Amino acid sequence: MNSILDHLVILPILLPMATGALLLMFDDRLRNARALISLGSAVLLVLLAVLLMSQANAQPSGVLESYAVGNWPAPFGIVLVADRLSAMMVLLTAILGLATLCYSLARWHMAGSSFHSLFQFLLMGINGAFLTGDIFNLFVFFEVMLAASYGLALHGQGATRVRASLHYIAVNLGASFLFLIGAALIYGIAGTLNMADLADKIAGLGEQDRVLVESGAAILGVAFLIKAGMWPLGFWLPTSYSAAAAPVAAVFAIMTKVGVYAVLRVSTLAFGAEAGASAGFGQNVLLIGGIATLAFGSVGVLAAQTTPRLASYSIIVSSGTLLATLGMGNAGATSGALFYLVVSTIAISAFFMLAELLDRVRIEGADVLAITMEAYGDDEDVDEEAEVGVAIPATLAVLSISFAICMLLIAGLPPLAGFVAKFAIISAVFNPLGLAEVAEVPAGAWWLAGLVIFSGFAALVALTRTWINIFWATMSERPAPVRVIEIAPVILLLALTVVATLMAGPALGYTQAIVDQLYAPAGQIPQVLETPLVVEIEEATP
Amino acid sequence: MELVLAVSIGVMASCGVYLMLRPRTFQVIIGLSLLSYAVNLFIFAMGRLRVGAAPVLSKDGVVDPSLYTDPVPQALVLTAIVIGFAMTALFLVVLLAARGLTGTDHVDGRERR
Repeated sequence: MNSILDHLVILPILLPMATGALLLMFDDRLRNARALISLGSAVLLVLLAVLLMSQANAQPSGVLESYAVGNWPAPFGIVLVADRLSAMMVLLTAILGLATLCYSLARWHMAGSSFHSLFQFLLMGINGAFLTGDIFNLFVFFEVMLAASYGLALHGQGATRVRASLHYIAVNLGASFLFLIGAALIYGIAGTLNMADLADKIAGLGEQDRVLVESGAAILGVAFLIKAGMWPLGFWLPTSYSAAAAPVAAVFAIMTKVGVYAVLRVSTLAFGAEAGASAGFGQNVLLIGGIATLAFGSVGVLAAQTTPRLASYSIIVSSGTLLATLGMGNAGATSGALFYLVVSTIAISAFFMLAELLDRVRIEGADVLAITMEAYGDDEDVDEEAEVGVAIPATLAVLSISFAICMLLIAGLPPLAGFVAKFAIISAVFNPLGLAEVAEVPAGAWWLAGLVIFSGFAALVALTRTWINIFWATMSERPAPVRVIEIAPVILLLALTVVATLMAGPALGYTQAIVDQLYAPAGQIPQVLETPLVVEIEEATP
Repeated sequence: MELVLAVSIGVMASCGVYLMLRPRTFQVIIGLSLLSYAVNLFIFAMGRLRVGAAPVLSKDGVVDPSLYTDPVPQALVLTAIVIGFAMTALFLVVLLAARGLTGTDHVDGRERR
């Protein structure tokens, strides 16, 4: 335990924390220095996450290391656990963080004070939630994440943001109390807050205790599902996400996935195959709730009037797809769902940023159009004649190609990764035992597959409509005022999804490895419970 | 003692939930505070009720854990109080900002007609 890399597991939490704290020392006059430090930290975080993921993947058990924070032995102290799933989520967070931070440097970071600190604390909370192996510690990281997100949701101010944030904060405070009740109930009965220890103890509970622990887990689940935006717990989501500033909304895209991750982590650990009578607890709720969310989200996507709102409902659709798939309890489908999680989060995040750029084009265009119509209404024919030979401005072409890629990804059309992910889910749902064997298809599978396809169709209709409105109806003479620093992160994210499409085979192999480990938690429980201490304590001499 | 605690948690939680569902922001924040008291007491009760038992072990000699109360829920309550307090303070600021910007104390930022 000498090299700093021995503490790799805790670094994705410490780095944003230290950066955020450091940035509080700089005042607004040192804006450039602040931006540079923040950006440097985000780049470093991506490198750390890549390292974490490659090391976790190299372990045969998939668990890189469990790390005893505070040097207390495992079931009593808090442990951080980095396995393939958390490493993947941390990497996803780091990439989104880098892209959205880069985007915000164009103008949004100047809209208020402490943007960079709040942003780093948000990354810290999200990373912590992915890495922790303790239920109460998960609560603390949720609160760190939420506290930062309240500040970020208000970033840029204005009546709409304040009004939306009021709902957002009230709902999430309520959810936090549910979280506490659930965690306390589980502790009161099972006597442990360590997730691995809980998984170990749950099979041996008596009948009465089991009911109480299950109710605790159900209350905990409600808190997670509020974060994940499941119908009917997710009505706060579209308003607050579409009111938030574009880079903030783009990084919020990962926050619903924190809820999904927590559901997946706790349900597979505590209610996996080895949980005795509790096995599979709550799966039907996830399935039915997920399907309802999917339907609600699809209708919302069709009904959305503005582009940010459309993106917010796409988040709900994505959550619904994930929850319903997890509710199937089918290993192959979950593997596809994890791939879908990565692709859809990246696509929606890019879409939020793109939406703001597009609105800029549209507003510019609409203004120019209105003035032209009013002042030179008679010359309309001449204008049209002149426009026949006009080449499309390069900015507009880049925006429209990016938009088309987003559309393909969100709707799940070939050839891009959105299609591969949805296909993996649907294929696994209908062939739970693999292609070689014929198995009975559960009724939920038809609903899921039907709605996944319908949601893709709804997204396609809504996005095509938006596309036509923006690119065919604009008559802007000037190219849209888009800076390279704004479009570059969008292109980077979309390029990543193209890479994900090309590498879909290895990526699905990786998610399959995650799932194999998730659905057989017995392998990792001893490793977590026997976490070595960071610093060996010498026996106390009397 | 159990009955008194259970009833007080229940009354506070129900009042909290009722107030949270009211349309005025001040009622919502009082509701959230009441709910947080109920939750804190609930966490505390999850460590079982003991009278006259300390949560911190004494240093000298071998100790008998049955003479002590469970310290973990008390530590959890402490964390929960701090976090809940901070969040309530933050909510209060947003509430005042909303009152200033929208000119009403309705949670939707406009009066229902």
